[in-house]
Amino acid sequence: MKRLALLVGIIVALSLIAASCAPKPGVIKIGLNAELTGGIPVVGQSCKNAAELFVEEVNKAGGIEVGGRKYTIQLIIEDNEDKAESAAAAALKLHTAGVLLMIGPNASRNAIPAAEVAEANKMPMISPWSTNPKTTIDAKTGKPKKYVFRACFIDDFQGVVAAKLGVELGVKKPAVLFDVASEYNKGIAEVFKKTVEELGYPVVAYETYTTGDKDFSAQLTKIIASGADGLFLPNYYSEVPLQVQQARKLGFKGIIFGSDSWGNLELIDLCGMDCDGLYFTTHYAPDIATPQAQAFIKAYEAKYGKTPDDVAALTYDAFGIAVTAIKQAGKIDREAVVEALRKITRYEGVTGVLEYRGTGDPVKSAVVLKVDVPGKKFTYYTTAKP
Amino acid sequence: MQTFFQQILNALQLGSVYALIALGYSMVYGIITLINFAHGDIFMVSTYVAFFVGSALMAYAFKLPGIITFLLTMLASMFFTAFLAVIIERFAYRPLRKAPRVSAVITALGVGLFLENFTLATIGPHPRFLPPIIPVHRFTIWGIATSNIQLIIIFVSAIVMFLLDTIVRRTMVGMAMRAISWDKFTVPLMGVPMDRIISITFALGASIAAVGGTLYGFVYTIDPYMGIRIGWWAFISAVIGGIGNIRGAMLGGYLLGLVEIFTPVILPSSTYRDFVAFSLLLLLLIFRPYGLLGRPVTMKV
Amino acid sequence: MSKVKSLISAFKERWDAFYSSWPEPVKKATVPGLLVFFFLASIFFPKLGIINLYWQQVLIYVGINIILTLSLNLVNGYMGEFSVGHAGFMAVGAYVSSILTVWVFPKLGLSQYIPYLFPLALIIGGLTAGLTGLIIAFPSFRTRGDYLAIVTLSWNMIVKSVLENIEAIGGPRGFMGMPKLTSLAWVYVWVIITIWLIRNLVYSNYGRGALSIREDEIAASLVSVDTRTVKIVTFVIASFFAGIAGGLFAHVLVFINPRAFSILKSTDILVMVYLGGIGSIGGSILGATVYTVLLELLRPLQVWRWVIGPLLLVFLMIFRPHGIMGMREWKFLVPPEERAESWRKERELFVLPKLASAKTNPLNPEK
Repeated sequence: MKRLALLVGIIVALSLIAASCAPKPGVIKIGLNAELTGGIPVVGQSCKNAAELFVEEVNKAGGIEVGGRKYTIQLIIEDNEDKAESAAAAALKLHTAGVLLMIGPNASRNAIPAAEVAEANKMPMISPWSTNPKTTIDAKTGKPKKYVFRACFIDDFQGVVAAKLGVELGVKKPAVLFDVASEYNKGIAEVFKKTVEELGYPVVAYETYTTGDKDFSAQLTKIIASGADGLFLPNYYSEVPLQVQQARKLGFKGIIFGSDSWGNLELIDLCGMDCDGLYFTTHYAPDIATPQAQAFIKAYEAKYGKTPDDVAALTYDAFGIAVTAIKQAGKIDREAVVEALRKITRYEGVTGVLEYRGTGDPVKSAVVLKVDVPGKKFTYYTTAKP
Repeated sequence: MQTFFQQILNALQLGSVYALIALGYSMVYGIITLINFAHGDIFMVSTYVAFFVGSALMAYAFKLPGIITFLLTMLASMFFTAFLAVIIERFAYRPLRKAPRVSAVITALGVGLFLENFTLATIGPHPRFLPPIIPVHRFTIWGIATSNIQLIIIFVSAIVMFLLDTIVRRTMVGMAMRAISWDKFTVPLMGVPMDRIISITFALGASIAAVGGTLYGFVYTIDPYMGIRIGWWAFISAVIGGIGNIRGAMLGGYLLGLVEIFTPVILPSSTYRDFVAFSLLLLLLIFRPYGLLGRPVTMKV
Repeated sequence: MSKVKSLISAFKERWDAFYSSWPEPVKKATVPGLLVFFFLASIFFPKLGIINLYWQQVLIYVGINIILTLSLNLVNGYMGEFSVGHAGFMAVGAYVSSILTVWVFPKLGLSQYIPYLFPLALIIGGLTAGLTGLIIAFPSFRTRGDYLAIVTLSWNMIVKSVLENIEAIGGPRGFMGMPKLTSLAWVYVWVIITIWLIRNLVYSNYGRGALSIREDEIAASLVSVDTRTVKIVTFVIASFFAGIAGGLFAHVLVFINPRAFSILKSTDILVMVYLGGIGSIGGSILGATVYTVLLELLRPLQVWRWVIGPLLLVFLMIFRPHGIMGMREWKFLVPPEERAESWRKERELFVLPKLASAKTNPLNPEK
């Protein structure tokens, strides 16, 4: 009898939940799929901050006007724990929660499976920060996905920029250490290797590790033994400090450089002086901000007390694109929104000018930043145009 | 050749930490035949304790010499972790001594999960480093690059293991521990306070893990989920060496350190590490189920 | 409390009286009738939007977990082994069925028929998982208890590690592209098949053999129970169903990676088995349902969900180590000749089914 009561209780509770899921009138639900816990929580946090800032600004101004009615935005946040399978599950959860579209995930290893789920369930998705090409390409057909877009450039471009950066810094014998269990790292490492070899500098060491590894001494020892004079580390801000420190400890004296996954000030906190003076490619630099970007930076600093990083800026742009599309769609319907998204060819955001040429991948410039540890910031070095 | 010795040194560093944690698994299994799956997470908690104590000492204490701060941090971590382990044993494991074994294992898993997520929920997911209590000096000996921290890790671990071995073999408490692991039913009849000895075992195992934790926090970042992977590897070390056997745990730890370092050297990718480690384990279990230094247990029909 | 109890027993008596007053054919038809009703419901409710998407998802996950829990209960509950690597079999089933639907079927030119070939993909996945179950069955001849636990654990990790190293199926980055074929209806069908098969297995010679192995393996072999065959059959069938569940899981999430099948997943399944009660089919169903639903209910707590959940689990293990249903079983699942007339209190560790003849009556709702 107890068991029957238990079952009845469960059913009642479930119906209460079902009831509470009914959409409120005059509200647009937008889902956020972010890495709030796991290996790169600062990325998720920045994303969430920018999202909440944007939604707050829009709602304070009275909401968005669609088809003659005013709607406020309701943000539904899901933590994907920086795990691929959780990102897919979170995407599914947002879909069943009835969001109009989904922003995120950021890391490509999470964005790619989430994009599969979004496409299968016909839910529009914009990833702010995922640069791996596979996010917008259908795994089965190889053709671009219909429902997935992004606010950043792709690694086919960034890898080339990184390779050219290495050559410009004087590297003649490049080596790479990357996370083979993560789509982004592997993807950009491959583009880098191909480009740098085309430029005439064969890679002397191409070592791998798995996400979560903390000890890279075996691989780094091999790299040093290979005689490399440059080390490309296309890895996330929480792992790079360990890699740089261990490399220096083992006696590596060459040039170390990286990619947009470095772009977080936490890197400086974790790394210390070992990372001073290193370069990396990324999406935007606060130093050279346009007036529009400066407004965003000011608002972000006012609300959160720190300068927004590239994830935050790109998230802000992703929301901007989403809202533009919703307004142009004229109705609260996923298909209409997707159509409108596809029609956007040019968007001016805080991270610069995004040009969409038929696919979900915008063409944008990249910037190279330099790590300034004593100043606790990244300084602008140069821009690379596509 | 020089690279080879470099790698050996790397392996020793890792292996020391694994060995320290494996000891906890072996000791607990030896005394109450329970695989304490929460041990990896106890290790994780110890690193966080070291982090907070170390940061506090650096910030508020007067300029104490690095060694003193280091020792204080380690002792604080050991004390607190031992305390935590005793509490866990008292409230989660002791009630289940008479229950079917599987309940105890599930409880251990539950405690582990709880520790991980509680740390995650209260302290946050951001990876951290221990503050530089002892400033890092890098130098080369005979062409092998090393640092003072690395040598400290290797030597401190060795000293602690030696101390433990002495305790187990030369003191009354150690004798009681060995006695209980040999025969659980008769020994209490001889006047040995079983509950107290078991608590001491847990405390000892945890404090040794805390030593490993403090040392680990100096060179690697700590985060709430690190206990999972390290816990499992230390567990394999304990089993390979012969679970329940203290010297076996030490041996297993160093062996696994070697596996972790040399797998990416010999095989093309680092993703083979898990595969190699677990296959070794499986093979060993098939051909020598009691581990390298374990002894077979007879069962009365 | 006793007032509630007496109310409940009064209600029970009324219901029993009412039920026995039904004519025979109607009584015989209740269970099949309910089955058919729920089957139709699982097809039409989603289509008509009666249950919203979120509910449907949860029910699908509940169904998959029921299959997993039942299959593990076969080994851990009925046979008393300590297998902790069940997610490894799930992984095999998931990957094999996905490879079939993503590569093999299209290559054979059968793309349009894939929705109809879905059960075939699942079954082949399950069979492959069953074969890998053999790999665990053999060590179980020699070792028991903790050592078998370590063996099964290593096997789980090895499967995960092997999958991580096969670049062709995506390695650690995962495999995707499978069509979203799992629906509430399919899950329901497979749950019913699983319950039916396992229940019949349990009350067959093999099932009784498994029980005797659990109680005392050496004594069992002395009374000429063929322990080796029983072990093989049990492990293979358990892994088969885990493979089926894996295939269903892959086709609802449309993305799988090796990490989804790590020891954490095995732990989840273990928890559901012990939560519901070992050696009880009803217990497994209940355990799976309660666990899945409870985790969903706790979702608003976000991270704290995983703090409270394990804590509840620990309390449960301390205060009720045999799970919600202990080793008891729902009446309609037990064949009539097996039912002991007095269900004594849960202090009694087990109800020894009478060693009756091999013939059993399937699903007889008669009192």
